[in-house]
Amino acid sequence: MLGALGAIVLALIGAMVVTVLIKAWPSFRYNGLGWFGPGAEVDTELRAMREAAPLSGHGILYFTAWPLIWGTLITTVAAVVLALIISTFAAIFLTEFAPPAVRRTLDPVIRLLAGVPSVIYGLIGILAIAPWINQHLLSNSRKQSVIFVVQLNGANLTTGTLILTVMILPIMVAITANALSSVPASWSEGSVALGVNRWRTIRRVSLRTVWPAVAAGTVLATARALGEAVMLAMVSGSSPFAANPLDGLTFLFEPVRPLAATIFQESEGLTIGPLSHTIYAMGAVLLVSAAMLSLVGWTVKQSLGKYGIRP
Amino acid sequence: MAGVAISPPRPSAVVAPPRERISSWPAADRAFYALCWVSGIGLCLIALWIVVFMLVKGISFLKPSLLWTSPNAGSIHQTQNGGFLDPIEGTFLVTAIGTLIAAPLGVGVATWLTEYARPSWFARIVDSAIEMLAGVPSIVLALFGLLIFSQGFLGFLSQGAASGSLGQSFVAAGVVMALIALPLVVASTREGLTQLPPRMREASFALGKTKATTSRYVLLPAIKPSIAGGIVLGMGRIIGDTAIVTILLGGAAQLTEPVGHTPVLGLLRGTGSTLTSYVYYNSPAGEGNAHEKAYAAAFVLLIMVLGLNALVTRLTAGNDGEGRRRRLVRIPYFSKRG
Amino acid sequence: MDPLMPPPIRRISLGSEPTVAPAREIPQTNGNVATAIATRATRPPAVNVRERMQIESVWLAYGENWVVRDVSLPVRQGEVLALIGASGSGKTTLLRSLNRLTEITDGAARAGRITLDGGDIHGVEVNDLRRRVSMVFQQPNPFPMSIYDNVAYSLAEQRPERGKRRRRRSAALSAAVEDALRRAGLWEEVSDDLDRSALRLSGGQQQRLCIARALAANPEVLLLDEPCSALDPISTATIEELIVGLRESVAVVIVTHNLQQAFRVADHVAFMHLGELIEYGASEQVFDHPREQRTKDYISGAFG
Repeated sequence: MLGALGAIVLALIGAMVVTVLIKAWPSFRYNGLGWFGPGAEVDTELRAMREAAPLSGHGILYFTAWPLIWGTLITTVAAVVLALIISTFAAIFLTEFAPPAVRRTLDPVIRLLAGVPSVIYGLIGILAIAPWINQHLLSNSRKQSVIFVVQLNGANLTTGTLILTVMILPIMVAITANALSSVPASWSEGSVALGVNRWRTIRRVSLRTVWPAVAAGTVLATARALGEAVMLAMVSGSSPFAANPLDGLTFLFEPVRPLAATIFQESEGLTIGPLSHTIYAMGAVLLVSAAMLSLVGWTVKQSLGKYGIRP
Repeated sequence: MAGVAISPPRPSAVVAPPRERISSWPAADRAFYALCWVSGIGLCLIALWIVVFMLVKGISFLKPSLLWTSPNAGSIHQTQNGGFLDPIEGTFLVTAIGTLIAAPLGVGVATWLTEYARPSWFARIVDSAIEMLAGVPSIVLALFGLLIFSQGFLGFLSQGAASGSLGQSFVAAGVVMALIALPLVVASTREGLTQLPPRMREASFALGKTKATTSRYVLLPAIKPSIAGGIVLGMGRIIGDTAIVTILLGGAAQLTEPVGHTPVLGLLRGTGSTLTSYVYYNSPAGEGNAHEKAYAAAFVLLIMVLGLNALVTRLTAGNDGEGRRRRLVRIPYFSKRG
Repeated sequence: MDPLMPPPIRRISLGSEPTVAPAREIPQTNGNVATAIATRATRPPAVNVRERMQIESVWLAYGENWVVRDVSLPVRQGEVLALIGASGSGKTTLLRSLNRLTEITDGAARAGRITLDGGDIHGVEVNDLRRRVSMVFQQPNPFPMSIYDNVAYSLAEQRPERGKRRRRRSAALSAAVEDALRRAGLWEEVSDDLDRSALRLSGGQQQRLCIARALAANPEVLLLDEPCSALDPISTATIEELIVGLRESVAVVIVTHNLQQAFRVADHVAFMHLGELIEYGASEQVFDHPREQRTKDYISGAFG
């Protein structure tokens, strides 16, 4: 009888996948692989759908999502890489170098950071951080230089990525720190007894041992970063612009709008036919990415390092 | 020599061992050491800043009257815009529905996965599905919910519109919220169950009890703290979610008129807002530009979530077998002895 | 046979009561062990003995309790020093203080002086000290790396190589690794594939690997903390033979609760009880004619 509950859950999840894909299909069928490619401005396309006035030469379902995908990629990858580096150092600090008093406070600190809702991160971002960046880091000349293409303000790629990093740090710190403290003490002791200082011991023995756990944590963090809609909608930019790394330093201040944030912004349009298909298509992309990440996470958990030991 | 009592050395001769002198390390190692310190202290500072910032803003903008006044969209002046009673009610409603669905479902599935798990291929699929569910963004779940609830046969559960039901209602939001709380409940319950010693089960089976009875009367009561912890974690996630609310509850700040004539069901079929969507819509990103209200509501929201977090810590604070409070991270070997 | 001989050693002779003094007795081998067991009879006497470390009136405490009380001992190269005693006698703590491993624990305090080649070990940088005074632990603890990387660990300034792909190993490093493995008696068994994971070796091989790892930096003193207690008799025999062979080049200090083992390998024996040094002397003297009553009691098995 209890197995029926499992079946219900499975059915729900299966239904979700199927229905979202079905609703998304018209958009994919019309655009084919071009859905993922560059083309006209995303805003223009969306407006066209809303006003039921298709762009010349294209049907009403015409959509090219590349700026959104690019935005998603940059913010997610940058945030995960930053968080990986910072969380590794912070976890090592927590398990090895922190004085006991600091260690005791880091525990609630991590819980706090993990518990803050994303809308509050977004609020702080848009009301405190973005204006600061606008004032202090963004010079007028830089704004003028691109004013014909896009408007630069505090809501941009950098702000979004930084806050996203803070949001995914707690998960990674907790997972890495737990893994580090599970490394058999005999190895640490053995290494120290050989005259290797504590940092080298951690780097050469402990980190090698915990990399499966760190990888699993990274996968979790990536899934979280990918799905972050609200905070990024508030903070990462007013328009779905494909930030151009060739712009040099200006690249850091260009607005982006990742996929999840776009869905969130356009959610009023879910009743309009073609727009809703497009939005569901975006959702389908996110769903498939999340499923693939799950698969990667599962594979990582299965593979033992060649010399690694499961703690 | 034997027979002669040995007296301990003079206190001045006793030396406490020094901590390893970092200054003797190579330069590169010292740089990494400094980086570790910077990262750790930086994390603390960020958290501190967030708390202090929200505290300051919240206290300056939060008036008690806001907590029990309904918002009215009539005037654009901040002082006459009303408070956020409706959003608070909305939060409670959505959390209640979500938890009421997720808790029994989650505990049941977790029990099945740990105690039964037959056939095993099916159990593995369910396990993977729940893990995948944990990774799906809430906004995608919201899209799914919208689809389901705007179909004909479930349409009665939500508000109607000219072109058929919109799929938006408290019921819809609550059900989808249950989906995001579910993995947390399942994980906590499973962890609690797997940590129970086998002799509990063996003792019960030896008395001739079935698995179902054992689970219900022996095992689950034994892990009440874990289950409670999982449920509260789920509640925390529900309270903090904005995406589902925006999509499945729309943008009306007030609770809408009940749909239909049945008393409770009517309320549930209506829409409204929650604290999260209220904060969003009052921020510069939403329509309103009432950032004072946004801060005040955000402050209340933060207090709720942090309070729930503290509750979780209290609930799951068994000792870790050595008489110490269980921590998020175990204290490693070197500092444990002595 | 002297009725005061400890029962374990008496039991070595299977069957009839031997009539010769234990110094000339050749113990029976276990089953079909082909390797020669280092025995008192076949072990060459210690040569070229010179003093390496001096332990002078050392007191060690954890928290409130003095675990080692006023112990003074010499550690000499060319001979094996065995620390024997019951559990809680402080022998392991004393051993760990020789390479300052006691400092890892919070709340450890000390008094007294320990010198290595005349210099106070607390004046030396601790990592340098630990390269000169190496330790092998009770449980074999090879790192999760290849055999080569394990042995080269304390020497390698380069990154440890992962997998079989990297071939950039300096000749000097490889020579040092081979030398250490030979001294530990493991070279023949592993030389065919040094890139294997160290964790795949058997228990006895792992412990010899740990010894090789400790020897790689050419230490002056080798500390062994009950190295054979987790091993089977055949591995134990191999390692004991190894230890006796090593004493020429390093000073060896071994802690053991196995009196047979102390009897077999040690040149000098220090018996400790409840932190105090009860008796110290040549092993023939301590085992045959112990001066202190407590030593007699321990050796005869009155307590343990």
